[in-house]
Amino acid sequence: MSDYNFAYLDEQTKRMIRRAILKGLAIPGYQVPFASREMPMPYGWGTGGVQVSAAVLTPDDRFKVIDQGADDTTNAVSIRSFFERTADVETTTETKAATVIQTRHRIPETPLTEGQILVYQVPIPEPLRFLEPRETETRKMHELQEYGLMHVKLYEDISKHGHIATSYAYPVKVEDRYVMDPSPIPKFDNPKLSDCPAIQLFGAGREQRIYALPPYTKVVSLDFDDYPFEASKPNQTCGLCGADDSYLDEVIVDDAGRRMFVCSDTDYCEKRRSAGHRGRDAA
Amino acid sequence: MYVAVKGGEQAIRNAHAWLAEERRGDVTIPELSVDQIREQMALSVARVMSEGSLFDADLAALAIKQARGDLIEATFLIRAYRTTLPRFGASEPINTGDMICDRRISATFKDLPGGQILGPTFDYTHRLLDFKLAADGETDIAPERARSEAKIPHVTDFLNREGLIESAVADDATPPDLTRVPLELPADRALRLQALARADEGFLLSLAYSTQRGYARNHAFVGELRIGMVAVEMEIPELGFAIEIGEIHVTECETVNQFKGSKYVPPQFTRGYGLVFGQIERKAISMALVDRALRWEELGEDYVGAPAQDTEFVLYHSDNIQATGFLEHIKLPHYVDFQAELELVRKLRSDAATAMQEAAE
Repeated sequence: MSDYNFAYLDEQTKRMIRRAILKGLAIPGYQVPFASREMPMPYGWGTGGVQVSAAVLTPDDRFKVIDQGADDTTNAVSIRSFFERTADVETTTETKAATVIQTRHRIPETPLTEGQILVYQVPIPEPLRFLEPRETETRKMHELQEYGLMHVKLYEDISKHGHIATSYAYPVKVEDRYVMDPSPIPKFDNPKLSDCPAIQLFGAGREQRIYALPPYTKVVSLDFDDYPFEASKPNQTCGLCGADDSYLDEVIVDDAGRRMFVCSDTDYCEKRRSAGHRGRDAA
Repeated sequence: MYVAVKGGEQAIRNAHAWLAEERRGDVTIPELSVDQIREQMALSVARVMSEGSLFDADLAALAIKQARGDLIEATFLIRAYRTTLPRFGASEPINTGDMICDRRISATFKDLPGGQILGPTFDYTHRLLDFKLAADGETDIAPERARSEAKIPHVTDFLNREGLIESAVADDATPPDLTRVPLELPADRALRLQALARADEGFLLSLAYSTQRGYARNHAFVGELRIGMVAVEMEIPELGFAIEIGEIHVTECETVNQFKGSKYVPPQFTRGYGLVFGQIERKAISMALVDRALRWEELGEDYVGAPAQDTEFVLYHSDNIQATGFLEHIKLPHYVDFQAELELVRKLRSDAATAMQEAAE
């Protein structure tokens, strides 16, 4: 792969992406259009995140890629090996050791620190998209801060179901200005978005948008006074490490449909197990 | 006993090795060469060049071979390669009036200067399987005649002389490059045509067909369809003038459409335009119909809510590389979101069950 530039993209393209990132950081939560390139992986498979990572990676970085919280899911493996080949950066599975973390659908359990960058892969950057399919309309709604439609949707959920029926990609408001889609992370992760010491960058390749949260940005999940936001997770503990504070995946373990719960964050789970923690189902 | 799954890397490597083996198929059957694909699957090659936005028949043939004949996958390979190519500059607009035509037909005039040239077409073939091809593919040499050197004028120019068709207003503004700037709306006609030229053939075909069936009907005549080679010229700054840097094979379609006139414009014919790499008549015609439908606003026509009139709908959904990527991404793991949904549905169901029980009591 020596025919390609460092981290695959040419320097002009990286500069264009960095400009979009800087603009995004200057206007937290605002979706900046950028000239997304065709990448050698399909749209919808992390091309936005990959382009953002390519634009921020330096040869000294340590790179971690997770999908569903895990380092060893197939697409995470594929993206990690892409950067191993094209950028020859050091990779790690350790959240603490990573300087750049690309993620799909999760925020690591281990709190992030200053100097780290978390890059989210975003499928649909527009939080209002499923209320209004037209981009021309939704851009206007953001301009005018016309977010009533979103509140009506949440209210209708409550009147119909007794709860806000959104369990992931739960909309947030950034610094009292822009309503933002946090990407399809479970709402359990939403509180981690706010006041985070790391830089958070969001890349949507197919939709050609980048947005960002600078460190320590105020991010509030939308709710009502009498129906406050609740970061929910299964009321269980991890079968392997016993954690009761991490997000859990449900695994079907036999033909009878018996289930167990395990940490979705594999690094967190391994760290706990090597520190001697044991869950109910641990061998 | 459940243990955390490892080994994705090995699984991916093995899957790709199997894919390579399947691509080759039965090794006792001779392998297809890229030359064979380029020469004998020329219309597939044209489609990949057109939707891949890269005129290179050898690379397109290679992509088709690598993609096991999946043309969207082949287009994707070409697109991903194309993005890495440096931009040296932009060519001069091609002049299709100078085209050396393999085919040129008009459905609006029985005869006209330059004549009707049927060329290598499936039209008027009887779609009967030719079992002879299964046994022995060789065919007889087609009869030949010397090509006239005269340029073949565009049909719409004749209509234009009488003022019967709208003038296509010349515009020297450099259109934005869709592959270098994000698509933003409203999109002018040059940008729309650019998007349509690389749009999925099937998508354009269906949209064009829908206009014929009444969803924003704008009855189209094929004023002219021409296929052939045109020279590509580029101005070299060091020289100060344009020189020919190569030739491309293109299909151009100009439609002549009804127009009742509006408050400002007397009744006259209007235009739809299609231009694509290679011989792809179906797409060039579809493109012209969709182009015309998208022009409702500038022509002062009514918006009747038809899909083919909706620029945002058409441009945002016409790219098959974007569409197939996003469609197929749902194969990726979604455990986390599904887990969140499981919890929610369980909670809603238990609430509902409690409510029903209370109602029963």
